[in-house]
Amino acid sequence: MEEKNYKAYYYLIIFPVLFGVYFHLDGNINVLVYDLLSLDPNSLFTSAIHFFIYEVIKVLILLSVIVFTVGIIRSYFSPEKTRKALEGKPLFAGNIMASLLGIVTPFCSCSAIPLFLGFVEARIPLGVTFSFLIAAPMINEVAVILLFGLFGWKTAVIYILTGLLIAIAAGWIIGRLKLERFVEPWVYEIKSAGNNAGEEKINFASRIDYGVMAVKDIVSKVWLYVVIGIAVGAGVHGYVPENFMAGIMGKDVWWSVPLSVLIGIPLYSNAAGIIPVVQSLIEKGASLGTSLAFMMSVIGLSLPEMIILKKVLKLPLICVFIGVVGTGIVTVGYLFNIIY
Amino acid sequence: MLIKILGTGCSRCKKLEQQVKVIVENNNIPAEIEKITDIQDMMRYGILATPGLVINEKLKSSGLTLKDEQILNWIKEEL
Repeated sequence: MEEKNYKAYYYLIIFPVLFGVYFHLDGNINVLVYDLLSLDPNSLFTSAIHFFIYEVIKVLILLSVIVFTVGIIRSYFSPEKTRKALEGKPLFAGNIMASLLGIVTPFCSCSAIPLFLGFVEARIPLGVTFSFLIAAPMINEVAVILLFGLFGWKTAVIYILTGLLIAIAAGWIIGRLKLERFVEPWVYEIKSAGNNAGEEKINFASRIDYGVMAVKDIVSKVWLYVVIGIAVGAGVHGYVPENFMAGIMGKDVWWSVPLSVLIGIPLYSNAAGIIPVVQSLIEKGASLGTSLAFMMSVIGLSLPEMIILKKVLKLPLICVFIGVVGTGIVTVGYLFNIIY
Repeated sequence: MLIKILGTGCSRCKKLEQQVKVIVENNNIPAEIEKITDIQDMMRYGILATPGLVINEKLKSSGLTLKDEQILNWIKEEL
């Protein structure tokens, strides 16, 4: 069935070129900004322009490379395999597995309902399902790449670990609260024919194709957010005075963590746009804990997803979900404000 | 031939519907394309992710972005 597809391997040649550009980016942009455009090195405008060009190119290269790699990794996983792996797992162990699988399983929040129904049908405990539904959107490759590119690997790792911790703990708590009665009754009556799309054997060339398609899919969706986010960030970088944010999002402002989480809930899908903005806010005195809480809330708790889930969950369960995850994020925020 | 696209209206679902329409037209395939948006109808096919592609009541794929050749192959299998 599967034809030989050597063309796919050509895509691999692009990488050395991208890495070459990436590692010489600073020098090249200095030449562009100071020599070719001959802008005044001391003006605020030049500083903002330099920041903008540098960050946009850097982030777009990182984004393409990592989305491609993650696309290949994800081709080894599927929601069906994840469901199979989680079947019959008890609460705590199931929460850990579900959160980890949430990172690598291909997931789009528009598929939250079929996934939820499929998990319920397989008798996967509610709390375990929630661990998956919390981890999958929060710890996504776009957020992690941006954190890595703009903040460094330490912050990216902290984000992944604390995100996992929140997904595990929140799912476990929701499981222990025994909230099954707040799931719409029709959910338990669903009987599917079983998934009969056979698992096809695919070769590595097809996995490369998956990676390429993931790049087309995701980069075409988020590039504009990245550009706008970095443009706002560049403006902040060039024009907002030093330490301006310390009084609003600094670590000594106790109310800033819960407030950031509240503001983050209705802001949605701007993981790509919000992180560059947050980076420049930190530069101007916002604390890491508060910023982390803000980002997690924007990315992990989204109003549109709640509205989608409202079809299968009754309001009290949605409130518990927001409450438990929100509390987790606030705790992480305070923790980092104390540590740093 | 009956081709069903299962999806609630996400961007990838609309893209798949469009893609299938073009393939069917370009290859003169006598097929009827139906969009399934009711969640309970969708679940009868056991999908865990949208969009789902069902040809002659057989689920071919769910949650993936597909290449034209792949879709055409599936259609030919069912002709």
